[in-house]
Amino acid sequence: MSEPTLSGEHSPEPAKPNLAKPAAERPAGEPLLEVSGVTKHFPVLDGFLFKRQVGAVQAVDGVDFDVRAGESLGLVGESGCGKSTTGRLVTRLLEPTAGRISYRGQDITHANRKELAPIRSEIQMIFQDPYASLNPRQTVGSIISGPMEINGINPPGGREKRVRELLEIVGLNPEHYNRFPHEFSGGQRQRIGVARALALEPKLIVADEPVSALDVSIQAQVVNLLQDLQREMGIAFLFIAHDLAIVRHFSQRVAVMYLGKIVEIGDRADIYEGPRHPYTHALLSAAPEADPDDDRERIRLAGDVPSPINPPSGCRFRTRCWKAREKCADVEPPLVRLHGNGEGHLTACHFPEEPTTAGREQDVILDPALAAIEEA
Amino acid sequence: MTTLTQPEGQASPQDAGAPFLSVRDLYVQFATEDGTVKAVDGLSFDLERGKTLGIVGESGSGKSVTNLAVLGLHNPRNTTISGEIMLDGQELTGAPNRTLEKLRGNKMAMIFQDSLTALSPYYTVGRQIAEPFRKHTGASKKEARDRAIEMLRKVGIPQPQTRVDDFPHQFSGGMRQRAMIALALVCDPELLIADEPTTALDVTVQAQILDLLRDLQQETGTAIIFITHDLGVVANVCDDVLVMYAGRCVERGSVREILKTPQHPYAWGLLSSIPRLSASVDVPLQPIKGTPPSLLNPPSGCPFHPRCAFRDEVDGTLCQDERPPLVLDHGRGSACHLAAEQKQSIFAERIQPLLGRAG
Repeated sequence: MSEPTLSGEHSPEPAKPNLAKPAAERPAGEPLLEVSGVTKHFPVLDGFLFKRQVGAVQAVDGVDFDVRAGESLGLVGESGCGKSTTGRLVTRLLEPTAGRISYRGQDITHANRKELAPIRSEIQMIFQDPYASLNPRQTVGSIISGPMEINGINPPGGREKRVRELLEIVGLNPEHYNRFPHEFSGGQRQRIGVARALALEPKLIVADEPVSALDVSIQAQVVNLLQDLQREMGIAFLFIAHDLAIVRHFSQRVAVMYLGKIVEIGDRADIYEGPRHPYTHALLSAAPEADPDDDRERIRLAGDVPSPINPPSGCRFRTRCWKAREKCADVEPPLVRLHGNGEGHLTACHFPEEPTTAGREQDVILDPALAAIEEA
Repeated sequence: MTTLTQPEGQASPQDAGAPFLSVRDLYVQFATEDGTVKAVDGLSFDLERGKTLGIVGESGSGKSVTNLAVLGLHNPRNTTISGEIMLDGQELTGAPNRTLEKLRGNKMAMIFQDSLTALSPYYTVGRQIAEPFRKHTGASKKEARDRAIEMLRKVGIPQPQTRVDDFPHQFSGGMRQRAMIALALVCDPELLIADEPTTALDVTVQAQILDLLRDLQQETGTAIIFITHDLGVVANVCDDVLVMYAGRCVERGSVREILKTPQHPYAWGLLSSIPRLSASVDVPLQPIKGTPPSLLNPPSGCPFHPRCAFRDEVDGTLCQDERPPLVLDHGRGSACHLAAEQKQSIFAERIQPLLGRAG
C-alpha cells in the first residue's frame, strides 16, 4: 500500500476514541471472510447472430474487505453501486471476473459446486423481496427443511422438530408448519426467509436489503430479530442496505460503495461521526432525519450516479464532487488510512474532508436548478 | 425567459375564511368479491394555500386512496365515495367528469411514485409536458414546446432544448422524476398531490428533489399534499402532518408537534421503531407488535387497539367497543381514549427515552 496521499492539511488531531465500549463492539474474531481485489464485469453484447462484446458493466471493480467472526459489516451505497453484486459474489451465486475470495483461509473464488457445498451451508443469504424469494407451491415446512434435505442433515428428533424450533426462534407459530407463504404477511414471510437461512446453523449471513420491502413498523421487528441472532448465536453478517440509519443501528463496521468501489470503510463511529470521503459526507447529509430541528449542513449533489458501463476516469466520484481537481481525473485514489484516521478507517480520496462533522456548516449546493432558485 | 406566473391564490386574501382545500367526512369504499373494503373511513382535513400537508401511514392505510378521491380518479363502477371535498369553494365529490377534467392537470395536479410507469413510453417527454398545457391554455404547439423546455430547465434537466425530444427511457430515474414534476407544474396548479414522489429514488437524489419541490413551492405558493411513509421526509418538507391508520386519521398537528410531542400510541410506535442517525446505537428499536389490519374487516372500536401497548391504561373495554373521536384544538389532536394527562406522562416517561435523542 502506498503512503497516505495527504497529510498535514489539517491539524494532527488524534483519532477520536471509538464508541464507548470497544471490547463489546468487536467480538474480536478471526477474519471469517476475506475479499481482495474482487471484480465483476458483466459483458455488454451487441450484434445479430454473432454476438460480440462491446463493453462491460463494471458492477464491482476491485473491492477489498473482510468480515470477522460474529461481527456485522454494513455495505451501503446507492442503487447501481454494486453492493448487491458484492453480496452475490461472496455467496458465489456469481463468479468473480478477478480477485480472490477466501472463507476461513480457503480460496473459494473459483471453487466448483462440489467444493462449495460444505461452505454454502455456512454462508447463507436473506433476500430483499419476501414475496419472490419463497416458493409459493411449497409449505413453510418444506421451505425451511429444504436446506437440511439437500445437505443430508438429520437433526436429532427429526427435521420437522427442527423446523418447529426455527419457527419459534424467528417468532412465528410452530403450528403454521403446513401453511403456504401466501398465508403470511410481508414481515412474517421475511421471518420465514430468516428461518431458512438459520436452518444450517450458518457462520455468516449475507442479508441483501432484508427490511427495505417492509412497512416501517415491521422493519423494526425484523431488525431486532436479526440483531438478537447476531448477538446470541454469534453469526456474522454482511448487511447490505441503502438506509444509512438502519446500517448504523445494525453494523459495527461500515463500508461505503460508489460505482463498484469501496470509497470508505471503518468503524461505525468513524464513518458516521468523522467521515473523510466527500461522498460519505454527502450521503449522510442527504439522509432525512425525523427531527424538525435538524440543522445539519446541506450537501446537494448534482445529477445522478453515472453509468457503470463507462465510469469516470480516476476517482469515480469526481463528476459529482465539489472538491474535484485535475488530479482526481488522472489518478485513482487508493483506499488507505489517512492521517488522523483511526485504525481500520480507510478512505479513497485525494482531497479528504476534515475528520469531523462539526465545523462544516456551509451548505454545498451543486444542483443547478436548486442553486438557481435559491439564488433568486 | 418568463418565470412561473404568480397564482391568483397568493393575492386573494378575501377567501381567508374558507380553507383552500377542505375534506369533510370522506368515506371511500370498494366493492370486492370478498366484501366491502373501507379504504377511507371518515376523514376530514383542511389545507391552506402555500402550505404542505404530510399524510403519513403504512401501506393500506388509505393515504393514496384519499388523494385519488380528491382528483376524482377512482373507478365509479366499484367505488362508493361520500363526504365533501371542497377545492377553493367548488364541490368535487360527485362532480361530473367534465368539470374534473378541467381541473385535473390545471388547478390540481399529481406526482406519482413510479415515474417509469406514470409516463407514457410512447411519447416524448416534451410532448407529455406540453399536452396538458395546450389543453388547458389553448396554446399553440410551438408555445407549448417552449413552455415544456422552460419547465425542464426549471426542474434542472441539463440541455432542455435537446432533452425535450427524448423518450422517458432515455432519462435516468432522478431525471424522470424531475420531468414528472415539470409535467405536474406546467399549468401552475394551486394544489399539488405528491404520492411518495421520492420513495423510488436514491438518498442523494431524493434530497435534491425534496429541496427542489420546497423551493418551487416558495416561488409559486402551491398547496402540497405530500404522501409518504418516511418520517424523515416529513420533517424535511411538511408544515402539518396527518397520521393515518386503517383509513382514519389518528393524529393531526404541526410537524413539530407530531415529531416532538406525539400523542397517539401509533405515532409513538412509528417514531420508536425507526433508527436515527443522531440516536445512541445502544437504544433498541421498539417495534409495533402485530401487523396492520385488513380493511375488509377492521377491528371494532379503535382500529389500533389490537396492536396498542397502552390499551390496558384505559378503563374497561372502551378501546374495543367505542371508536375514539378525533378532537381537534387549533388543528391539533389525536383519536385515542387515553386522557390528555396520561398521554403526556406516558410519552415523557416511556416513549421519549426510547427515541434516544442526544440532548
